[in-house]
Amino acid sequence: MTYRAQVLVGSAGEKAPAVEQALLGKIKELHLDQEIQVLEASTLGHPEQPVEIAVYPDGVHYVNVTPADAEVIVTEHLYKGRPVEPLRYREPQVEPLPAPSTKEVRVVLRNVGKIDPENIDDYIAEDGYQALAKVLTEMKPEEVIAEMKASGLRGRGGAGFPTWLKWQFARNSPGDEKYVVCNGDEGDPGAFMNRRVLEGDPHAVIEGMIIAAYVIGAHQGYFYVRAEYPIAIRTLRVAIKQAREYGLLGKDIFGSGFDFDLEVRMGAGAFVCGEETALMRSIEGERGMPTTRPPFPAVSGLWGKPTNINNVETYANVPQIIMRGGQWFASMGTEKSKGTKTFAIAGKVKRTGLIEVPLGITVREVVYDVGGGILDDKKFKAVQTGGPMGGCIPEQFLDLPVDYETLASVGSIMGSGGFVVMDEDTCMVDIARFFMEFVQDESCGKCTPCRVGTRRMLEILTDITEGRGQPGDIERLEKLGEYIKKGSLCGLGQGAPNPVLSTIKFFREEYEAHINDKKCPAKVCRALIEYTIEAEECIGCTRCARNCPVDAITGKAREPHVIDPTVCIRCGICQQVCPVGAVHVE
Amino acid sequence: MTVATQEELTLEQKAVLDEILAENRDKSGATMLVLTLTQERLGYVSPAMQQYLSQEMRVPLSHIYGVLTFYSFFRMAPIGQHKINVCLGTACYVRGGPSLIEKYQQVLGIKVGETTEDQQFTLEVCRCVGACSQAPVVMIDDDIIGRMKPQNVAKTLRKYK
Repeated sequence: MTYRAQVLVGSAGEKAPAVEQALLGKIKELHLDQEIQVLEASTLGHPEQPVEIAVYPDGVHYVNVTPADAEVIVTEHLYKGRPVEPLRYREPQVEPLPAPSTKEVRVVLRNVGKIDPENIDDYIAEDGYQALAKVLTEMKPEEVIAEMKASGLRGRGGAGFPTWLKWQFARNSPGDEKYVVCNGDEGDPGAFMNRRVLEGDPHAVIEGMIIAAYVIGAHQGYFYVRAEYPIAIRTLRVAIKQAREYGLLGKDIFGSGFDFDLEVRMGAGAFVCGEETALMRSIEGERGMPTTRPPFPAVSGLWGKPTNINNVETYANVPQIIMRGGQWFASMGTEKSKGTKTFAIAGKVKRTGLIEVPLGITVREVVYDVGGGILDDKKFKAVQTGGPMGGCIPEQFLDLPVDYETLASVGSIMGSGGFVVMDEDTCMVDIARFFMEFVQDESCGKCTPCRVGTRRMLEILTDITEGRGQPGDIERLEKLGEYIKKGSLCGLGQGAPNPVLSTIKFFREEYEAHINDKKCPAKVCRALIEYTIEAEECIGCTRCARNCPVDAITGKAREPHVIDPTVCIRCGICQQVCPVGAVHVE
Repeated sequence: MTVATQEELTLEQKAVLDEILAENRDKSGATMLVLTLTQERLGYVSPAMQQYLSQEMRVPLSHIYGVLTFYSFFRMAPIGQHKINVCLGTACYVRGGPSLIEKYQQVLGIKVGETTEDQQFTLEVCRCVGACSQAPVVMIDDDIIGRMKPQNVAKTLRKYK
């Protein structure tokens, strides 16, 4: 029997049964019971405004419905066909989010923010797991590799190694016991691409991993996710459970005879574990220290077995490539860098956040078109890509295309996709010191050049920023940097000097100003600046004095205030809170 | 890494450890897993707990200690009721993270890594919680507070008292 219309009644609210009874009664009274079906629903989206009713196929929602209202709805809407406007649910007036820039192309992020990550059906409705079905029922592993090769997809963790080749190596390695690992240890400060994908579309990553496992012949996989991402870990666990319930993980997936299961392992706050060999030691329960390569993970990885390890974003691309073809993927990007890449734009731009753009887009387009330009319309100084192992790209390279080779040619790296924009108020020596402090702290200590060398570099940089710089320091930094690059085992040590070397290369005059003139041109380095209050501009509101963390500011209300430079720690809070801009820095 | 506590293993702690061990000791790479769960449930991994886990798992104490000291997430002593993590990732650093730390130190009267005398707050620094578009960010327990300003530090703390 088919009905002309259906009425859904939300079960929230104590009046729900009464409303339902009123509906049924009135429908019967008007002899509509053969035409209209009443169904109970848990919620229709507004449980905070009970009782909710929805009329389909009209798609009209009513909220705050009383039994009397229900009768009106039956006579007016269901009988006469006129929705009862005063009772209708109206979308609250919210300011619309800015639309994604037209320069964006969403492949990895296509479902993020759109589907419910904790409901596998949502993903399936967006063609989820179709690629897996195609692979398991129609494709040989070699065909999958050929498709991946045609796509030109390269590792999105930063190094840019061709994904198909990695898979082929692991496939060709002899052994019954193999593993696939997903690197979700996104540690670069300023990067949060993987977090969003894991939290917003976990099944895409899972699907990519199952396909990789099928290709190389693995039956067990591990997610390694940093402990700083508790929501991602929870979402993944839910997703894995649901995939298991649907038979997409476990024994005999899609009746193909292929078995595969997944487990989530948490990091514990060690940046170096993003390095693949260190990551595998960590899954094994050891101290996460890198080991020499070769042997590469494809030959001897987790527990000495052949292992394929890819980044979150790499796996998330796989289902799309299978569904839409390698050629489609290869049609985006540049000759050597295909497809799209997610970037986390942060720092001093107007629109910070996550973006996905085709590779080959220029730095200028990212900063100005997608990022909306520099905050407060200040002057662009540099963009730092690739995290603590990356480098700074100065203004003269604004029109360079963003791809693996071009970024490397100017001394930076693609990295996992951090994109921190800096303006004229950023001191490049201070930034270099910041990154050096980070890598020095995160160096695992295995290689002496990295362990001791980064400490020496940090000491020199600290001296420079605190006014104790000496002639020759720049050359010392350059020499040390080269030694550390050559003498370290893993990407952390090899990349650690990059931020210093690239800032020296492009902003040498800032280093010289710190060392020779004892001045910080960007007015950041505390030992080299002094805050003063202009007596004529000060209105004596006392706000600065109340907010000063060290009580360095004195003055009576409605009288000019004074900063004691011997007490002042140059935190700049007074400048931030001053309503009339009377605090100056020299 | 904080200073280790000298307290002895309580019966309650032992019961939790046994539960964790029963479920995980046979998994591959169990050390990290067990230590992570221990900290999750008990808040820290004291030397007494390390000793017990070492015996039960038949893993050298040096190995457990090695793992604990390698990863910055592990702690060997209890922390305050609320944990304040001021982010010093690149974006937060550029947008004023350091001045937040100073303000917290002033308001709480403790340094980074310390706990207030009333055991209410522990102040820590972390590197990037992946909320860079909200920089500068402070994480109090599991709440992320974005676009934090020094002048709001005291106000937000009151909510947690």
